[in-house]
Parts: sequence; C-alpha cells; structure tokens
Amino acid sequence: MSEDGLRAAVAAGVIGADQAYSSLLRSIVEVARAIFNAQRSSIFLYDEEADELVFEAVAGEEEQGLVGSRLPSSTGIVGWTLVSRQPLVIEDLSQDPRHARDVAEQTGYVPKGLMSVPLLFEERALGVLQVLDRPQRPGFSLQEMELLGLFANQAAIALDLLQRSRRAKAALETGGGDIAVVARVAAALDELVDEDRGRALRLLEALEDVLTGK
Amino acid sequence: MAADAEPNERPLPAWSLPAGAMDRIRLELDWPGVTRDWALEGATGKGVRVCVLDSGVEKGHPKIGEIAGAVAVSIGEDGEPVVAADEEGDLCGHGTACAGVIRALAPECELFSARVLGAGFTGSGPILLAGLRWAVEQGFDVINMSLSTTKRQFADVLHDLADTAYFNRTILVASAHNMPVESYPWRFSSVISVGSHEEPDSLAFFYNPDPPVEFFARGVDVDLAWIGGGTIRATGNSFATPHMSGICALVRSKHPELTPFQLKSVLQLIADNVGGKEDNVGGKE
Repeated sequence: MSEDGLRAAVAAGVIGADQAYSSLLRSIVEVARAIFNAQRSSIFLYDEEADELVFEAVAGEEEQGLVGSRLPSSTGIVGWTLVSRQPLVIEDLSQDPRHARDVAEQTGYVPKGLMSVPLLFEERALGVLQVLDRPQRPGFSLQEMELLGLFANQAAIALDLLQRSRRAKAALETGGGDIAVVARVAAALDELVDEDRGRALRLLEALEDVLTGK
Repeated sequence: MAADAEPNERPLPAWSLPAGAMDRIRLELDWPGVTRDWALEGATGKGVRVCVLDSGVEKGHPKIGEIAGAVAVSIGEDGEPVVAADEEGDLCGHGTACAGVIRALAPECELFSARVLGAGFTGSGPILLAGLRWAVEQGFDVINMSLSTTKRQFADVLHDLADTAYFNRTILVASAHNMPVESYPWRFSSVISVGSHEEPDSLAFFYNPDPPVEFFARGVDVDLAWIGGGTIRATGNSFATPHMSGICALVRSKHPELTPFQLKSVLQLIADNVGGKEDNVGGKE
C-alpha cells in the first residue's frame, strides 16, 4: 500500500474515533457515579501545552456545560492528585474555604466530599478521576479505594486512546488539506450501510478510475 | 584516617574491617528486649528534625504550631530548579494535613516544610528531585514524602538520593501505591514504604512480610489539619505515611543513635502483628 493509501486507511479509523473514546470516558464516569451512588463524577485530562487540567468527561446531562473548562495543573486537590500520583478521599470538604471558593468559581457546585485518583498509564500521569458526594457512611473501606483504582485504570486506558486518536488526527490534518478530505470521505463511507454503501463504493471506484487513468 | 581514630569514634563510612579493628565498630547499644516501651515510652520527638516534602504547610495552624522553616522549590529563569523561602504556605491542604499528623504524634519535634507542588505539572519531576536533594542535604532526621513519580527517567536519581539519605542516617518515609503502576521512590529498599490499614489507632502499625510495601499505618478516616485553620476527615496512603514518620520521629528522639537499618529492625520488632504490644518481643530472655 502506498503512503497516501495507508494514510487514508488510518484516517478512516481515526476520524470519529475521538468521539467514540469521549463516549467511553463519559460512560466510565456515569458508571463510577452509579456504583458509588455519588452526585457527580468527572475526568480531567492534563493538557501538556497549556499546563492545565481540562474537564474531559462529566456524568449527568445537566453538567455537560463543564466539559472543556480548565483548572490549574498543580494546585488544589485535583492538582495535588495529578502531581503526587496518589489517590485520596476527603469526607467533609465544605470546611475548606479556599477549595469551596475556587471550585465554586469553576463549576458552580461545591462538594462536601470527594474521591480523587490519578489516571496513570505506563509512566505517564494523564489526568484525574473524581467522584463527588457519595453518601457519607461511618467507616470508609479500603475495598472502595481499590474499586476506585480499578475505575481509574480503565479511565486511564480510555484517556490514552483518546490522546492517541487526537494526535493521529492532528498529524493527518497537518499532513495536508487534501488527505484530510480523503479521511473525511473514508470516515463517511465507514458510516454507510447496505445499498447506500454499495452506491458510494461504486462512485468512488469510478472516481479512482478517472484519477488513475484506467 | 580511620586507623588514627579514637577507639570510641566510628568514622563513617567504614570501607573495610582490618584485623584487630573490632573496637571500631563495637556498638554500645544495649537492646535488652526491644519492646514498644523501650522504643516509644516517654518519647516526644524532641530533638528530631522532620521535613514534610509536599504542598507546603499553613503557618500558625492551631494543630501544628510553629514551623521551624519552610522553603518552596520552583523552576528559575534559567530553567533550573531553585529553592527559596516559602511565602505562600499550603496550596492544597495536603502538606498541612501531613504536618498535623506528625505534630500530633511527636509534639516536640521540629517541623520543616519543603513545597514541591504548585508551580505547574510541567517541571514537577525536576522540582520533586530538587526538593528531595535539598532535604537530604539538610540532614533531616526524617523526611515525609507522600508523593511518588512514575517517570523512569527520574528513578535513578531518586534511587541515589534515597541511598544517600540512608547512609547519612536520614529516614525517608514514602507512600506506597495501591494501584498497579511502577512508581518511585517507595519501591526502593532504602526507604520506609507505607500503605494503609483501617484501624482507628494512630500508633498502630503492621510489618508486611510480603514486600515491597513494608509497613501499614493508619490511613483510613483520619482527622486531619487542613488549610483555613480547620480540620477534615480523609483517607489515603498519603496520610498513612506521616503516621509512620511520626512514629519514626518518636523512636529517633529516644534512640538517636539508630541507623535507618536499625530503626527498620526496631519497627519490625514492635509492629502490632509481630506482637509488639507484648513485652520482650524482640529480645526475650
């Protein structure tokens, strides 16, 4: 296969993949929220260029407006989690006036308690998973901490896939506008089924004949 | 030269043991029975210098009191880490929490803070290394490190620093990871690595006969000092670590002669699962 052909084939897999991985992250935070019977759950992605944490996925329809908003990468509890690479659970955060103020400014929601765990993949810290306001119970258990770690592991893998997909997409787009058109066409074709797909393929094959002079 | 040393002096390091030089390494330690009482009874942490390598420590917190010194590490204009006096205090609350645990256990120890967090995630690895290097050079008795890195590029330097601390009689106490990742420095055998147990006793700790995690200390539902002069309740290995640091400070204040190797041996002997709360566990006659 030629280099361009390979690019087009890769593009077919890349275009739309980041949306699929974003959906996977959303699914992970939804499940985390349900399992812990919590009010909210979020995944933050570390943006290396800006040196900031970005809300990448949030559970719940009403919170989707938060996606894309940003926090400092190394201050506050979320920043500490990223830099220290250590998970922690805090039960009564409302007594922390600075956290309440900072978080309220960012999200409009001040949690009473939170679980915060770093998303580690291989040797990289990719982001942070937080579960907010699960019901307070006397006696937190280390099993819950382990469960949180399992979710974090899954989220880290999804986050890694998302980053790979975005990098591949960026590489394709910077590789030339022409190839990006091919990528979009390939992705659109991938979405088609049955007769529509057959018609589109015949059209493309005719186009290929014209382009290659067959 | 070592050969000219007085009989009671033990120049360090001792590279070899010539014939007839046994007096040079004879220890005057009398361990009639290493019990909790022998190790801890009456200890307050007095004379022991403990450094908290974390997010800073809030000045004047009622549960912590006076801090003997505080520095912050950041990246300078030349791109290299710089250590300067800390004017900001705690940027998260975590360092204050760790300092509060150590203060509660060892009320008369001298507490220092080295802030290695807050200057951005980019550069946080070199900042962590520079902070640890500074703390090792200061010759603190105990360094609390509720932090780790997963970057392999830092592992060798961290390993060297951990060994330097060990040979200089500095106890480096580090949080273990309860996640399936390779991280440092807790995995190095020259540090005391700490995971959590669920018991509500701040002085209870367990030796783990199945390392790499060596000890389990209180880390669940812990009441902690936090920024704003208040307290919170929290869970994590990062809070178990200062419990072990506080216990190390207590033993060190009563037995300053102990090397890190000896201190680890004592901790193992007085651990709750080794029968440490009964008398004469270690040296039963």
